[in-house]
Amino acid sequence: MKAIVTVIGKDRVGIIAKVSNALAENRVNIMDISQTILQDYFAMIMLVDLTDMKISFSDLSQRLVEQGETIGVQIKIQREEVFKAMHQI
Amino acid sequence: MKPDHPHPNPPLRERGGGEVYVKRGRETTMIESSQIIETIRMIESENLDIRTITMGISLRDCADPEGEAARKKIYDKITSLAENLVRVGDDIAMEFGIPIVNKRISVTPIAIIAEASQEKNFVPFAQSLDEAAKAVGVNFIGGFSSLVHKGYTKGDRILISSIPEALAATERVCASVNVATTKTGINMDAVRHMGEIIKETAQLTKHRDSIGCAKLVVFANAVEDNPFMAGAFHGLGEPECSINVGISGPGVILAALKKLQGASFDDVAETVKRTAFKITRLGQLVAHEVSRRLGVPFGIVDLSLAPTPAMGDSVAKIIEEMGLESCGVPGTTAAVALLNDAVKKGGVMASSHVGGLSGAFIPVSEDQGMIDAVQRGSLSLDKLEAMTSVCSVGLDMIAVPGDTPVETLSAIIADEAAIGVVNNKTTAVRIIPVIGKQVGDVAEFGGLLGKAPVMAVSRFSSKNFIQRGGRIPAPINSLRN
Repeated sequence: MKAIVTVIGKDRVGIIAKVSNALAENRVNIMDISQTILQDYFAMIMLVDLTDMKISFSDLSQRLVEQGETIGVQIKIQREEVFKAMHQI
Repeated sequence: MKPDHPHPNPPLRERGGGEVYVKRGRETTMIESSQIIETIRMIESENLDIRTITMGISLRDCADPEGEAARKKIYDKITSLAENLVRVGDDIAMEFGIPIVNKRISVTPIAIIAEASQEKNFVPFAQSLDEAAKAVGVNFIGGFSSLVHKGYTKGDRILISSIPEALAATERVCASVNVATTKTGINMDAVRHMGEIIKETAQLTKHRDSIGCAKLVVFANAVEDNPFMAGAFHGLGEPECSINVGISGPGVILAALKKLQGASFDDVAETVKRTAFKITRLGQLVAHEVSRRLGVPFGIVDLSLAPTPAMGDSVAKIIEEMGLESCGVPGTTAAVALLNDAVKKGGVMASSHVGGLSGAFIPVSEDQGMIDAVQRGSLSLDKLEAMTSVCSVGLDMIAVPGDTPVETLSAIIADEAAIGVVNNKTTAVRIIPVIGKQVGDVAEFGGLLGKAPVMAVSRFSSKNFIQRGGRIPAPINSLRN
């Protein structure tokens, strides 16, 4: 199962490190990363593979939200199908 | 001649022996960042959500000569089939990151099930439905219903007479009565009766602004697979159990139209279609996932634009965005017609099965833009009636003075039924005569039901018309002009 992680907030040092650490700890593989700047905010988008994930989806989601709070950014994880359904025919 | 743009499919290349193979890029292509951001914006700031997952349950095998035994079968069947509905809905909402606002249940019209019993009052059946709904954690259960478009059976008569008390005695039960169809015409005896039932329901719940009437729908051409309350019931042609999904998204359409200041209607229609397509794809995805996890067949996606009292989640605001100063002014009917049609065109391609009510809802109390328009004086009952001739689903959540004569309520139902019957569409009336309130007052229902400004009705009488009774024959469906 694949999912999309989005990180939206003020740019600062160490965001990628925080997020990728949380993912690595739970054996979530990062397949692709892209970054864009929206006005003052930055948005990082990761495609991740959850095949070998150690914890449940809801625990991972909760863990990412907590990590985000420590550095003042909003982190969401959503299954990839949502975006495929909406934007690809 | 070369095409203007490259062919979208991967190139086909020939190898030596004439074999053809397809050269693909990387198997997992990243979705464009802008599209991901667009989806997240729709959910977070434009109120995109799945409005309801409704599980339809047949109760046809629950009929029993003993009322108590029938009610036990009903309670057991609902609580076993819907046991995991709320949990699965919440799991999917979390994994997909999209809110699923309501989880609900619709059942076979209770008049059909309860009439096998010898009981003379069906209120205990409503109470069993209420308890079952509470046990599985759904906020509404629809199907305290009767289909009397051509006439009453014994059970229909008992059920309809039980409606006022049933709605006063329960929290989550919704009732509906179908009084007309295009094939049979309008049962004017039932129309007259429903005016009385609405008034009685209002009286019994007058301490809460007559809220009972907000859970009672009178239909023409009722559909069997509608996931939306208060009019949902599980029709007789439906399977044992099914999952129907209602989408939403007025806020998303509104945001898309805000970028089209001054553009022609061609562009407006195109934009609504594209946006509706995206919203519906989400509904389809969720519907399939719910159906897979619960092991229950997928029924339909209902392509309705359902507003909520939340700021910006309003159908009236979409109409105003098209260039009308306030909803209800001349031009409103055309605007609703365009909106309703474009939503369907966009949605139909996005879903494998479309059904239910499928149209733009215009409930007054649940749409802040409609409430504002009524209070500004631009939107009247008459204009709402005109709007219902081009969009679903009827006069919905309309508060009128508590002293409105019963015959006037019935006559409003008759007019709305006539629009549905002649135009081959579903129409409904959910009208609330708020006991003790007058034009200018506001009825407060709370939650998703919202609040409704009391609207003026005609002060002239429809009494002699309604007292005739009988049936208005089915309309001719050729020589259409």
